[in-house]
Amino acid sequence: MTEPDAETTPLASPENPAAARARRGRNLAIALGLVGFVVLVYLVTVFRMGGNVLDRPL
Amino acid sequence: MTPPAVVQASSPARWQDFVQLLKPRVMSLVVFTAATGLICAQAPIHPVMGAIAILCIAVGAGASASLNMWYDADIDARMRRTRGRPVPAGRVQPADALALGIVLSLFSVMLLGLALNWLAAGLLAFTIFFYAVVYTMWLKRWTAQNIVIGGLAGALPPVIGWAAAAGQAPLDAWILCAIIFMWTPPHFWALSLYTSEDYAAAGVPMLPVTAGAAVTRRQIWIYSLLLIPVCLAPAATGLGGAAYLAVAALGGAVFLLLAWRVRSGRAGDAADPRVTDGLYDVKAAARDARNLFAYSILYLTLLFATLLGEHLLGSAAPGLPGGLI
Repeated sequence: MTEPDAETTPLASPENPAAARARRGRNLAIALGLVGFVVLVYLVTVFRMGGNVLDRPL
Repeated sequence: MTPPAVVQASSPARWQDFVQLLKPRVMSLVVFTAATGLICAQAPIHPVMGAIAILCIAVGAGASASLNMWYDADIDARMRRTRGRPVPAGRVQPADALALGIVLSLFSVMLLGLALNWLAAGLLAFTIFFYAVVYTMWLKRWTAQNIVIGGLAGALPPVIGWAAAAGQAPLDAWILCAIIFMWTPPHFWALSLYTSEDYAAAGVPMLPVTAGAAVTRRQIWIYSLLLIPVCLAPAATGLGGAAYLAVAALGGAVFLLLAWRVRSGRAGDAADPRVTDGLYDVKAAARDARNLFAYSILYLTLLFATLLGEHLLGSAAPGLPGGLI
């Protein structure tokens, strides 16, 4: 059994600059989408509950 | 359900390609008509919740567009107007377009249901299903009535907006739906009169391809005659006021004039009527159809903008957006 050659492993292969830029852009878009989703869920929770948050037995 | 052929990637997908999958221009029309329905409902809804409802409807429309681009990649590759889209151009893999469509469909329907109500969410789910499955996978490739029946998907956003705000879908909401539904055939057939070579090459049975230009011109005239009374209906039910009546009547008269020019002209008879790949640069014979196509967009925009304006200007009255919750 031989160890994988770092130079021929896909993960280690040099990526062309255009592909790297495209991937960075996609990653940023996904990150923004996830942050937006969190904000949306937060807003929905706040506005759906509204004043009802205080309307409960303490 | 036949999955489209795998396309070899020609360049790495950029995030803009995924935005293009959502058909942003169609989304903007959906946002506009859905917002009109939401405002016209005159229901006490918080602006943030209203914005979330519109966002869900827009994302749902984008999801169905992505599913459409996944399934129709073979057709799109054969048409001048659509061959530059991300999937046929090889920039996005079909499986990625499919995944994006499914994820956004689930996201938009679930969020709309949890945030607003399940009637609106159900209508949105039906709209996505109708566009992606009934229209894209079935009607589009099967019958010349594809855009007549399939037009329902594009007509439903105002009803979803209304239901999101009010929790119900009364007659006035369905009148808004009927306006878009009746507007769709003359709008798309006017376009198809000068793009029929594209549709014929792609094997899509649009009316000019299956029945000829003369029949299409007659059908445009008939649907235009049916459209105008529907556009006047909001004035009769009280949904639209005096300004709306004026816009619907005067604008409708212009619509009929342009439709009659198409009816009595020769649009669609000449081969290769387009000068460029764009939708507006056409040769003389196709100008009547081009004019009706362009004006139909303006007419629908004016109708909904007037309704929107009338209801927003009346927002000083209690219960309208502006004095919310």
